[in-house]
Amino acid sequence: MTNPDRAKQYLEVEHNLFQADPKNLLLEQGFTWLVRIFAFSTAGLLLWLSWIIFQDAEPAIAQFGSDFLLSQNWNVGELSFGAAPFIYGTVVSSTLALLIAVPIGLAVAIVTSENFLPVWVRSPLATLVELIAAIPSVIVGLWGIYVMIPVLQPLQLWLYKHLAWIPLFSTEPSGPSMLAAGVILAIVILPTISVISRDVLLAIPLELRNASMSLGATRWETIFKIILPASASGIVGATILALGRALGETMAVTMVIGNSAGINISLLEPAYSITSVLANEFAEALEKLHIGALMYLALILFVITLIVNLIAVLMVNIFTKKIN
Amino acid sequence: MAKSLLDKSLETELHQPLGVGRTLFSWGMTGIAFILTGMALLPLCSILLEILRQGIPNLGWEVFVSLPAPQGMTDVPNGFANALLGTILMVGIASLLSVPFGVMTGIFLSEFGKTSTIASGIRFITVILNSVPSIIAGVFAYAIVVITTHQFSAVAGGFALAVLMLPMVALTTEEALKLVPTSMRLASASLGGNSFQTTFRIVVASALPGITTGLLLAVARAAGETAPLLLTALSSQKWPDGLFSPTASMSVLIYNYANSPYPEQIQLAWTASLVLVGMVCITSILSRLFARKRSLVR
Repeated sequence: MTNPDRAKQYLEVEHNLFQADPKNLLLEQGFTWLVRIFAFSTAGLLLWLSWIIFQDAEPAIAQFGSDFLLSQNWNVGELSFGAAPFIYGTVVSSTLALLIAVPIGLAVAIVTSENFLPVWVRSPLATLVELIAAIPSVIVGLWGIYVMIPVLQPLQLWLYKHLAWIPLFSTEPSGPSMLAAGVILAIVILPTISVISRDVLLAIPLELRNASMSLGATRWETIFKIILPASASGIVGATILALGRALGETMAVTMVIGNSAGINISLLEPAYSITSVLANEFAEALEKLHIGALMYLALILFVITLIVNLIAVLMVNIFTKKIN
Repeated sequence: MAKSLLDKSLETELHQPLGVGRTLFSWGMTGIAFILTGMALLPLCSILLEILRQGIPNLGWEVFVSLPAPQGMTDVPNGFANALLGTILMVGIASLLSVPFGVMTGIFLSEFGKTSTIASGIRFITVILNSVPSIIAGVFAYAIVVITTHQFSAVAGGFALAVLMLPMVALTTEEALKLVPTSMRLASASLGGNSFQTTFRIVVASALPGITTGLLLAVARAAGETAPLLLTALSSQKWPDGLFSPTASMSVLIYNYANSPYPEQIQLAWTASLVLVGMVCITSILSRLFARKRSLVR
């Protein structure tokens, strides 16, 4: 290669290195903006969703106002709508579910995070409980109708026979009931509680446990006095997250709650939840006001779950910050 | 004198086994914890057993290729071919809609926004979006698609499922991209790669198994959803008649047949459950295989 040739080549390289290719620059900026637009539209989806539901609920909000929340009358023929029975059903069934699922979920989390069992039993056990979350809830509901309710019925009868003096068990059970809905919800939310609580328990620094044990505390004393208090915010976060799931769960509840609108203190009586009435009536709603009332219900559910989930996410964040 | 007494009490305390109360508490709590764990496993085992017990007898080639038999007729082939097709169709539409947005949002969160306020905001909103109840997504799709087109349709169902899949895809993509070492990005940039090339040829390419895992998990979740489809796709006894007509799906078929007075329909609901759980399981196992491939590469 001659000298001038080589000089020319150097020049070319230099040129390449120092001059920004306009096409390249365009691609670079265009791509950055494209990614931003997609990301913002994902965030915008939540806003869009809230706006649409609010807008479609507007006719019913204008018509019924806040009386909607307290009225017990739901009559499609007369176009008079009240949300109280549904709100009551949703709140009571979710509370029942938490009462059942929190102790069981915590027990699973403790058993699978402590060293009671060898690792090769412990981690499959945790995965197995996690698996419940993978089963579609409509199938859990199907199982609820044909397996759980027949098993639960003798218990319900026993409660009615022996404890009927307690208002909670004062009516004769017929199968589907608020209690059945609570139990099935507990099954559905169990993985949420146990999986997150397990992660939280595993994140507690080993030093805390060692210090407690070396001072002579037994395992359970350590768990109750050291580990659980240290992980409280995480576990409460998991519980609230589970509450959010329970409030929004539709199929499993609809199939076993009995779908009967009315407020009854007895847990053995069929009830109705917000999600069930949405699932049952939306496809058949024709009147504008009926659709509006259902949208109003959806809006109430959306706002409640939004608040619950916000609190849950913040709680879990606080825990993660504390641990780090 | 006093000193030796103290020594003595210390000695007895150290040498004596745990007090009765504390021992009982320990054993009692261990027992309770194990009993409760057993109770947690009971429903899962019962559900799986029951699906197998009720679903297998009816499982044959016939159910995959024939339409649901008219009510009360027992001598014609009974199946859920249309529902199977409907589920695949709607999950397909949902994936087409949600994957571009989800993956791009994941790219933004991991590659462009990182820890900026905007990215944290978008991440937070995505997490919240992920926890929106599925029926609310259905109501949204009803308002957007069904009311405007005056028609229950596969598109409406797919749209509702897309709303549910989007945040899952976005968050899992972000997680997968974060696992790619920064040195690879720097190497690409130092060789003159612009952000488009670095992102797609290097980062996304090496995180592909992780992204696929997240996508498959989202697909598995969408395939089992029922509530949003009830008010968007409705159901149908026939083959789908184009994308803008009521469409059957596995999950809605199970729901509709669950309370049927006809035993053969209940039977079909169990068989459909078996097939649906099988589909969800296969998708999950596939996703685990992808995840394993990723860990081998590492």
